[in-house]
Amino acid sequence: MPDVLIDVRNIRTTFHIKEGVVPAIEGVSLQIGRQETVAIVGESGCGKSVTALTIMRLIQSPPGRIEQGAVIFEGEDLLKASEKRMRQIRGNDIAMIFQEPMTSLNPLLTVGFQIEESLILHQSLSKQEAYHKALGMLKRVDIPAPEQRMHEYPHQLSGGMRQRVMIAMALSCSPKLLIADEPTTALDVTIQAQIMILMNSLREEMGMAIMLITHDLGVVANMADRVIVMYAGQVVEEAPVNDLFAHPQHPYTQGLLLSVPRLDARVSKLNTISGTVPNLLYLPRGCRFNPRCSYAQERCQIESPGLTQVNDAHSVRCWFPLGMMGGKKQ
Amino acid sequence: MNLPIQKQPSLTLPEMPAEETYLQGVWYRFKRHKLAMISLFFLLLISVAAIAAPQISRHDYREVMPSRSLQAPSREHLMGTDRLGRDVFSRALLGGRISLIVGFTAAFVAVIVGTLVGVVAGYFGGWVDDILMRLTDVFMAFPVLFLLLTIAAVLPKTVTNIVLVIGLTSWPSLARTVRGQFLSLREMEFVEAARSLGVKNYRIALSYILPNTVAPIIVGATLRIGGAILAEAGLAFIGVGIIDPPSWGSILDAGRAVLRQAPWITFFPGMLIFITVLAFNFVGDGLRDALDPKLK
Repeated sequence: MPDVLIDVRNIRTTFHIKEGVVPAIEGVSLQIGRQETVAIVGESGCGKSVTALTIMRLIQSPPGRIEQGAVIFEGEDLLKASEKRMRQIRGNDIAMIFQEPMTSLNPLLTVGFQIEESLILHQSLSKQEAYHKALGMLKRVDIPAPEQRMHEYPHQLSGGMRQRVMIAMALSCSPKLLIADEPTTALDVTIQAQIMILMNSLREEMGMAIMLITHDLGVVANMADRVIVMYAGQVVEEAPVNDLFAHPQHPYTQGLLLSVPRLDARVSKLNTISGTVPNLLYLPRGCRFNPRCSYAQERCQIESPGLTQVNDAHSVRCWFPLGMMGGKKQ
Repeated sequence: MNLPIQKQPSLTLPEMPAEETYLQGVWYRFKRHKLAMISLFFLLLISVAAIAAPQISRHDYREVMPSRSLQAPSREHLMGTDRLGRDVFSRALLGGRISLIVGFTAAFVAVIVGTLVGVVAGYFGGWVDDILMRLTDVFMAFPVLFLLLTIAAVLPKTVTNIVLVIGLTSWPSLARTVRGQFLSLREMEFVEAARSLGVKNYRIALSYILPNTVAPIIVGATLRIGGAILAEAGLAFIGVGIIDPPSWGSILDAGRAVLRQAPWITFFPGMLIFITVLAFNFVGDGLRDALDPKLK
């Protein structure tokens, strides 16, 4: 990997609810290099968003609690940083865009105000300078008639435009890392592609890294350099994007790939992964995936596997990785 | 990444008719509420009359004319005279001043306190919320009339004291409303988005969440004006209200003894209280519909 920008080491975040302690993520480690795009994929509730919020230290507490680990960002452990320091980092060094462009903009503040906010906050620009920079950002995210849009409210914009505004807000201070939490899930397909293309060109232009949280494998194939697959709060596989698509090692990854509908293959029925995500309060013994795994053996039900290296860039959490045959096995 | 990058041509939109602003929309919806419009007109009339009271009335409200004691309404005395021969119309006009001042300022005090408590409780949650809300419960459970009576009996009966007493006992329901709004709004994604930009707590509470609660606060304030006028009238009627110049409640109280001989002394100020409070409630209703079109 090139120069490491952020190094997440063995974090565990739990939620304390009345039914008990839910370990939303358990021993998650990952690294993102400068200007690299890393996709995090997995089903709903597997801990993708919690990982992102832990990095930003935005876990609501209570009920949430970051219990262990370290998030080393440019040599500084964010989990040990003061709240004041975190506010300087948020928006300036690490920015985030959210899933729902409909609700992530404040309905009562103008588009301009919301973009200017972080500029005034982090770069101590005057109102005038912030206005011009914000206008520049709107132009950069290809919003038509930006001067007019600056004074408009979110309800006057379409979903795609709102997501562009969110991107403009997040990127206004040229962050080094952009965390995009399912940025296109709420948009229709043509807009999705536009937004993805926009994010990618801005990434190249501004030289930032992107942590892309998604469950859309098509997006992953197009955008990401590396992919991290999560299941039930753990990283189960990590590999460069081509390697992962060609040779998935974990049965879960294989299942995910097989469940993508394809136009170029004649299949009568879509493959699914049977069963459901386990309740994090009652995790199965052994490997967390074993109840749903068609290759599960006795060992899988007793001992939980650690992450092991398949080659120097590819690791998997499985006792019986699928090997180089992985992609073709049915 | 090998998708072609399509830049959208930067186009200017064709001239569109100016979009209506938020306030224009509110005014448009408010106008459709007939009762609220009539009420608003009535309140404006009453306010102008109260402000211009000395110019409108032909008699000084203190002018005692024993020869004209307990006269029925006539052209000279539109609302008749009281036992001391004072012109009830002049007294009612001036009483309007007092009642409206008490209403507005007491509601203002209640809104300030209620909003403050609601914002702090709702934004911070946890034990702060617990303490403030239990305090609110205490205030709500307290028999307010007796509290008012006791305080009003101990303190001198000045406008300021009456305003403070009423204002400081009528904030709890507003605090609850604001807190409820905050509890749901602070979970909204735009608040999380603001946090992810590094915006400070107090700024999130004041410039991101509070504007979203303005509609219920304005409605609550309007309703509370009527409530405060009524509360003052109640106090005055049992003798602890503002006497000089008299509020509507004090005029009522003074006319009570001669209710059979001279019902006009109580009838007119009573009607004024009734219609004014009703009007404030209708305006509040109209505002509720106009400010939040989603409710309909």
